[in-house]
Amino acid sequence: VLFSIVTIWEGSLCGLRGEVRRHAMTEYAIRFFVGGLVVSAFAALGDVFRPKTFAGLFGAAPSIALATLAIALLKQGPNYVAVQGRSMVIGSIGLCLYSLIVCYLIKSDLSAKSAALLASIVWFAVAFGLAWILWGAV
Amino acid sequence: LIIRIDFSGLWQSHWYEYAVRFALGGLMTAVAGLISNLYGPEIGGLFLAFPAIFPASITLIEKHERERKEKAGLRGLRRGKEAAALEASGTVIGSFGLAAFGMVIWLIAVISPWTALIGAGAAWLIVSVLLWSLWQFRARAAPDRMS
Repeated sequence: VLFSIVTIWEGSLCGLRGEVRRHAMTEYAIRFFVGGLVVSAFAALGDVFRPKTFAGLFGAAPSIALATLAIALLKQGPNYVAVQGRSMVIGSIGLCLYSLIVCYLIKSDLSAKSAALLASIVWFAVAFGLAWILWGAV
Repeated sequence: LIIRIDFSGLWQSHWYEYAVRFALGGLMTAVAGLISNLYGPEIGGLFLAFPAIFPASITLIEKHERERKEKAGLRGLRRGKEAAALEASGTVIGSFGLAAFGMVIWLIAVISPWTALIGAGAAWLIVSVLLWSLWQFRARAAPDRMS
């Protein structure tokens, strides 16, 4: 159901039909399973390592990036992947400030879930703000 | 400070907690691909550093730590929050490693794509572990300032 929704969404925006739509659906199914596996593997690593601060490094593991970039290398080629890597640096700055704010909010007595969800605004503001300032990509 | 491996951490999670991580990770990877396809690699690339499963992970850590303390008859609320804050501070350091990952991909992918992917993974690990060690060293040298 999920892949159908994603594919229909893309299809309606890009005008995909028939065979092309089926290919797109397979692509998203592969992305889902590869991404789910890599993310779960890194999350499990984060569960077994101690101390907690070291385990926290796995919260910023390149799990989604590894799955996405490997598929992009096969599908779109190295130039496309290089551009994604450049944007990823900007996204990482957003992640750094995001986790700093999460840390601060938790210490200010907010629950971990509320802090993590509320601070998402910071990630969007920093990532999209920097992308707009640096190359007007928004 | 010594890095330890404690497999009991794996059994603290329920099966559905692993399922949630798998689903969130898979969904975010599919959505990152969709955004790249629709709006181009500049915007799609940003989402490769999006904290997709971080809220779920940090919530689980807080919950597990609280439950562990409550089983021992103690109030675990504060301990749960401390554990979650420590995890978040580790992610601050890890984000520098993630930036190094992106930089290696950006600079080397055009020259040698698969080497770039492997090199980027190594860069993430080296930068993250080095910065974490440095941070621990400073925390031990000046505990009052780092707390």
